[in-house]
Amino acid sequence: MTGIVTGTLAQVAAALRAKQLSSVELTRAVLARVDAAQGALNAFVTVDAEGALAQARAADAALAKGNAPPLTGVPIAHKDVIMTAGLKTTCGSRMLSNFTAPYDAFVVEGLRKAGTVLIGKTNMDEFAMGSSNETSYFGAVKNPWNTEYVPGGSSGGSAAAVSARLVPGATGTDTGGSIRQPASLTGICGLKPTYGVCSRYGLIAFASSLDTPGMFARTAEDCGLMLNAMAGHDARDSTSLDRAGEDYTRELPGSLKGLRIGLPAEYFGSGIDSDVAAAIDAALAEFRRLGATTVDIALPNVNLSVPVYYVIAPAEASSNLSRFDGVRYGHRAEKYTDLMDMYKKSRAEGFGAEVKRRILVGTYVLSHGYYDAYYLKAQQVRRLIAGDFQRAYEKCDVIMGPTAPSPAFKIGAKTDDPVQMYLNDIFTIAGNLTGAPAMSIPCGFDKCGLPIGLQVQGNYFSEAKLLNVAHQYQQVTDWHKRAPTLAGNAGSLPPEGAK
Amino acid sequence: MAAWEVVIGLETHAQLSTAAKIFSGASTAFGAAPNTQAAAVDIALPGVLPVLNRGAVERAIRFGLAVGATINRRSVFARKNYFYPDLPKGYQISQYEIPVVSGGGVDIVSPTRGPIRIALTRAHLEEDAGKSLHEDFHGMTGIDLNRAGTPLLEIVTEPDMRSSDEAVAYAKQLHALVQWVDICDGNMQEGSFRCDANVSVRREGAPLGTRCEIKNLNSFRFMQEAIEFEVRRQIALIEDGGRVVQETRLYDPDMHETRSMRSKEDAQDYRYFPDPDLPPLVIAEDWIARVRSGMPELPEALRERFAEQYLLYPEGCAALTANRATAEYFAQTMKELAGIPGVPYASQGHDATNGKSVANWVINEIGALLNNHQTDIAHSPISPRQLAQLIAHTDRFKGTVSHKSAKDVLTAMWAGEAKGDNAADAIIAARGLAQISDSGAIGKIVDDVIAANAAIVAEVKAGKEKAFNSLVGKVMAASKGKANPAQVNAILKSKLT
Repeated sequence: MTGIVTGTLAQVAAALRAKQLSSVELTRAVLARVDAAQGALNAFVTVDAEGALAQARAADAALAKGNAPPLTGVPIAHKDVIMTAGLKTTCGSRMLSNFTAPYDAFVVEGLRKAGTVLIGKTNMDEFAMGSSNETSYFGAVKNPWNTEYVPGGSSGGSAAAVSARLVPGATGTDTGGSIRQPASLTGICGLKPTYGVCSRYGLIAFASSLDTPGMFARTAEDCGLMLNAMAGHDARDSTSLDRAGEDYTRELPGSLKGLRIGLPAEYFGSGIDSDVAAAIDAALAEFRRLGATTVDIALPNVNLSVPVYYVIAPAEASSNLSRFDGVRYGHRAEKYTDLMDMYKKSRAEGFGAEVKRRILVGTYVLSHGYYDAYYLKAQQVRRLIAGDFQRAYEKCDVIMGPTAPSPAFKIGAKTDDPVQMYLNDIFTIAGNLTGAPAMSIPCGFDKCGLPIGLQVQGNYFSEAKLLNVAHQYQQVTDWHKRAPTLAGNAGSLPPEGAK
Repeated sequence: MAAWEVVIGLETHAQLSTAAKIFSGASTAFGAAPNTQAAAVDIALPGVLPVLNRGAVERAIRFGLAVGATINRRSVFARKNYFYPDLPKGYQISQYEIPVVSGGGVDIVSPTRGPIRIALTRAHLEEDAGKSLHEDFHGMTGIDLNRAGTPLLEIVTEPDMRSSDEAVAYAKQLHALVQWVDICDGNMQEGSFRCDANVSVRREGAPLGTRCEIKNLNSFRFMQEAIEFEVRRQIALIEDGGRVVQETRLYDPDMHETRSMRSKEDAQDYRYFPDPDLPPLVIAEDWIARVRSGMPELPEALRERFAEQYLLYPEGCAALTANRATAEYFAQTMKELAGIPGVPYASQGHDATNGKSVANWVINEIGALLNNHQTDIAHSPISPRQLAQLIAHTDRFKGTVSHKSAKDVLTAMWAGEAKGDNAADAIIAARGLAQISDSGAIGKIVDDVIAANAAIVAEVKAGKEKAFNSLVGKVMAASKGKANPAQVNAILKSKLT
């Protein structure tokens, strides 16, 4: 079984189907690697060894019968913001540190039906608020490429787990870049689908109009396979779109000849790390060799994305997080004098600093007398930004640029400067404000050996096109095949195939 | 100085009669064990999302059509943010800037101003909160979330009412209307219909005074008392040189007074914003058309029709349209009566005479029984068909029974003495109440009475009116009350002249 344990999702699925190894064997090996990497990476909050093995046994039975669904036996992990029945779902917070989810999220149901084996729940920034995975109540996640560096956030645990080849795929959520930015910083693929393609049912809400479930994998093909299992209409989410089902891998083999790549001047200005700029240029050259052309476009309002986001997201969050009041579930202070005191103490103890900061900001911008100046204005600018993109897509098929302005930074480097931290998402936020799909694909390394990501954005429902673009690029590059050497940093993982 | 004028606006929360809650599938039935009707959405588990119950929207449309309002083709759900233990999400989903219904009005008859229209500002959809139970748990508060998420229509008037009488008249009219169009059960004890009153006073012609909001007036009597107390309080305050402070007050029915609950300064900033979990509510024209086609005839139109078709007095029309069940009972009885074969004058074309007769039976006789048994017409044990069968036996029609006997039959039917469509026939037969309408048989009795009462006959012949009535009485007695009085009269008269 050499190579299979660390294979891509498609490879693992095929190997299981070909009975090269059993799902139970694979699951044991994966659990051993997860366990061995935990000290170095802190990628998981919960590992469900018992549950995973039970699912693996069921997978083997289905494989033996020959009617197994497409991803049968494939090990995956879910970001801990996603509800998983019977498993702790903490959202990276003390508030929910002991909360067991009573039901499965829509995307969890989908991946279960597809046959995947759930290994565990991955660490994340508290309530998905962060760009470095340092705000988790369960401690920072480390970047597998260099454990002194952050993996990005907020889905840092899922990104680290996939990057370190612990699992071939994992779910994430993307509210302002929380899938794409960590994918970029850990050298893997991360796709944020169109808002409404994957139901938000079972996602612990951060900013409802921006929250988007998506996934991490190493290849575009794997992302497509996961999206096939995660997409679909869900009557339990009123913002879920009722569209005909599609095979998101159908366009993978298509040629890129004639593809028009839009290059917004706003994405290539100052403030971008020179290694990042060079890697993006090289990637664009590769696309030209594949037959694509580039066209200059303008997104004149996109530079307002960060301020708009930091009005809308905290506003929605301040309301969404009100349910965590210590009354029905979650953390409740041990001692309190009255109702108000219970609220205050439970929330003061249950939430970390970044969450509190955003609740404060959100409460402020929604306050009487400020609503028009902040929230309403931000919504107006949001529409302007969406208009910019619609005009741009008259001239191009996809838009490219760096996913993040710089590669991973050192743990602690930006924790005292929230604004610097927020600027990490400068290129990704617009995708959430418009709701259109976007993904990050690995496109190189900086001089310190840290990964660099290329962001590919497309118009609404262009997931299959984005995956096609990424897949064709991955046919002629090997960035996604390069694995972090955990030796020395992450300690020694059990060799592939060890049981 | 100009006289005091009272200015009142009402806000009414009508609980919509959907089986499920407005944003979850949990039942809305009243009285279940605490927290047994609270779904994941109602207890606000992490990750759950609201899904709008279209039945609630349909009821809002029905209301809008009934009051001649604008149904907004696009309205928006907003979050009203505040912390309270019986508000699980920490916000209430309501409608703020754009409600589902705008404008419209309710017609009332003011005791002082006559017929007036109370203008409505708006009606919007929202969810109810749960209940905090402070009494049953020593030192603690129990939370029952069964009511959380129950659909409400909040109906807001303009400050158009000028007395507690007008406020009560409006509230009663609205109460009848929401039941008429079948959107609310109107049960005030269970909280299905709750009113808050905004009350201020001013000198006539002066700008509006500062208002106080009186909360939770859960009966018409309390509403009247509370407003009257509040008016007296505000006038006394101003006349003593003080000023009214804008605040929310609670009515205490035991002390017959309103008490300050919170002042405007304590008022929370609810931080309303559009709920991102719910797309704007878009109501297509064809939906409104469908709802309109299913609307019952409204009481006003029905009153006009009854007056025209049955030549009924306004009082009769009003009584028959007090609620939809009564109107339907009346209309059904009319229909049943017309459908009985062989009933003279019962068929179409005699609506006016039949209408008066049936109206009398429904309003007076059935009405009395309902009143005696403290029930409503929807629970009447006598069906319209049974009543029609009985009415067919009365003087105006077959003349089988006397009016007095017919009332006895009605009482017997109510008591269940006989069942089924032909209950009246069965009771009349069993009790032997059928009148003697055979002129030969009556003639024989008359002959016997004339023969046995020569002295009285002589008085009659001498022109004494009273003596004639005495003979009629004796004939009736001899027939044990079964002789048709009109026939007795006629035969007696013919035999004595």
